[in-house]
Amino acid sequence: MTSSITRNRITDLFAQKGDRLLNVYFTAGFPNLDDTLTILRGLQAAGVDLVEIGMPYSDPVADGETIQQSNGKALENGMSLRTLFAQLASCRQEISVPILLMGYINPVLQFGVENFCQQCRAVGVDGVILPDLPLDLFLAEYAETFRAYGILNVNLITPQTSDERIRHIDAESDGFIYMVSSASITGSTKGISEPMRAYFDRIRAMQLRNPRLIGFGINDHETFDTACQYANGAIVGSAFIRHLQDHGTSPESIRAFVGTIRS
Amino acid sequence: MQSTLEPQTSFAVTDKGFYGRFGGAFIPEMLYPNVEELRQSYLQIMADPAFQAEFQQLLEDYVGRPTPLFLARRLSEQVGATVYLKREDLCHTGAHKINNTIGQILVAQRLGKKRIVAETGAGQHGVATATVCALMGLECIVYMGSIDMERQKPNVDRMRMLGAEVRPATSGSQTLKDATNEAMRHWINNPVDTHYIIGSVVGPHPYPDMVARFQSVISEEIRKQLFAKTGRENPDYVVACVGGGSNAAGAFYHFLNEPAVRLVATEAAGLGVSSGHSAATTALGKPGVLHGSRTILMQTEDGQVTEPYSISAGLDYPGIGPLHAHLFDTGRGDFYAITDDDAMQAGFNLSKLEGIIPAIETAHALAALPKMGLTPTDVVVVCLSGRGDKDLSTYSKYL
Ligand SMILES: Cc1ncc(COP(=O)(O)O)c(C=O)c1O
Repeated sequence: MTSSITRNRITDLFAQKGDRLLNVYFTAGFPNLDDTLTILRGLQAAGVDLVEIGMPYSDPVADGETIQQSNGKALENGMSLRTLFAQLASCRQEISVPILLMGYINPVLQFGVENFCQQCRAVGVDGVILPDLPLDLFLAEYAETFRAYGILNVNLITPQTSDERIRHIDAESDGFIYMVSSASITGSTKGISEPMRAYFDRIRAMQLRNPRLIGFGINDHETFDTACQYANGAIVGSAFIRHLQDHGTSPESIRAFVGTIRS
Repeated sequence: MQSTLEPQTSFAVTDKGFYGRFGGAFIPEMLYPNVEELRQSYLQIMADPAFQAEFQQLLEDYVGRPTPLFLARRLSEQVGATVYLKREDLCHTGAHKINNTIGQILVAQRLGKKRIVAETGAGQHGVATATVCALMGLECIVYMGSIDMERQKPNVDRMRMLGAEVRPATSGSQTLKDATNEAMRHWINNPVDTHYIIGSVVGPHPYPDMVARFQSVISEEIRKQLFAKTGRENPDYVVACVGGGSNAAGAFYHFLNEPAVRLVATEAAGLGVSSGHSAATTALGKPGVLHGSRTILMQTEDGQVTEPYSISAGLDYPGIGPLHAHLFDTGRGDFYAITDDDAMQAGFNLSKLEGIIPAIETAHALAALPKMGLTPTDVVVVCLSGRGDKDLSTYSKYL
């Protein structure tokens, strides 16, 4: 119903490529305050399809320990939305992959939703994922502003989301639907179980109008590959944060990580 | 006692869960089905006569209600007004918290839940939750900040003796906020069989309203008891401490639409409002979103939640319930910030004057009395939310 955002880098990407899309998450300001562009360049050079930049928050309730700690470290390093937008100011001269910002609603509210959308547009951010901003509140209070600046709002579904609600979310989403793989916070390493496959199957059979990416618990080639059998691609977060922590942010390090996920 | 469940009019929650501009349900999709299930069923469950009968019976026979309304003569003389103490400290387990946990465990049973998760600060809500889980034979997991586990050790031991598993929250300030984060994460990971018993009037809608309704028995009794003693139902002031605000919500509930009754909420100023070590939310906070609701919140300019501080573990929280944010916003409530020192003195004072050792949380309410400009004809009810046994080591270290 809303799909009035005609085109941006995210919709263009899905129009060109329908499967095995890899979306990688990292936390802005981790491991070091000024790593944002280094990591973006590394991910682009390694051939990822989308990038999700985490806006660090003091109380990330949907995140497991790895991302909690990267958020804490980033805040200690002095990361803020203002700093992040400054770092991204000229990134579009060299970065062409779609960029999403992911985080919690409170820092965005304090920054000002309109100001936030304006900055996203100015630096070339294409979409936003705010897990604790529920769809009905988004539609009632913020959808118009997001639309005015051409910023996509990506919504989550989970194994517990009812079919009726999934249809509603699908109708109100542009870009893609973020399928949370299981009832869990981020960072699980338990692999993909039979009930998860059944849920992936159920959603695939619903023939939604939006493409789907599966995230949470995608941490190696096997889980990536499995997710790609059921959706248009997958999102890797905690595993990449752990890799950055252990192996650093060099282009080789990032290429090696992406390599292990892809093949 | 049917009126416990009747919604108030002008300070009642809207169907979307708002009190003025505060409230709502800012939750990740992972929690949506649970919270929605609760939202759709809590009023129906609570209105069921069988539920009411069981709830009332347990409040009487297990909790020990009604709790007395005690005329504190020596304290009255000291502050120069007539002061009544609503003795929630005499509830089973030693605080008002059990009014809510009894109600919520009955809701959880009716929703078919097998396991309970809760957060706790002072440990009173944890003990009250562990108690009702033992009573009903449900598994119980309580998250508690590691710092709070140290300063409220007797309550950790009590929870374990009652069969609960106490898990330390080691992130952030390692106090109530972080315990709440961990409890929410646990609920995300276990959405189907687990009910989250929130311990105050905080969290996503319908929690603030549900908890306020369960605690509203406090003001329902105050009205009847005050009438029986004085021939008037309305005091001039009702005073309560606010951590998240559940004892205050319960004590205020039936007076919300009685403008002649001033509602006095006391927050923990810690070492002083501007000391950088405080939990005085309305003095220091701005509107923001925490733990599922839009409320007043202590935060940095960038919207990061500030670590609060109070000597009292139960008030050491950077937000307040959305109802209280609305009372503050509309001027319906008077908010006082009480320092550690003033609270501790008030705790010692009540012990010596009336033979009642209050919880340090509660002492923050008592400390407001000399600051309120009371006159001899004023009738004041203080919600004596809990007893001080758990705080003896903090009291004696302070001496
Ligand atoms: C005795 C007592 N009073 C007050 C509180 C604060 O909670 P609330 O503001 O929800 O009543 C607590 C919390 O632990 C408590 O134990």
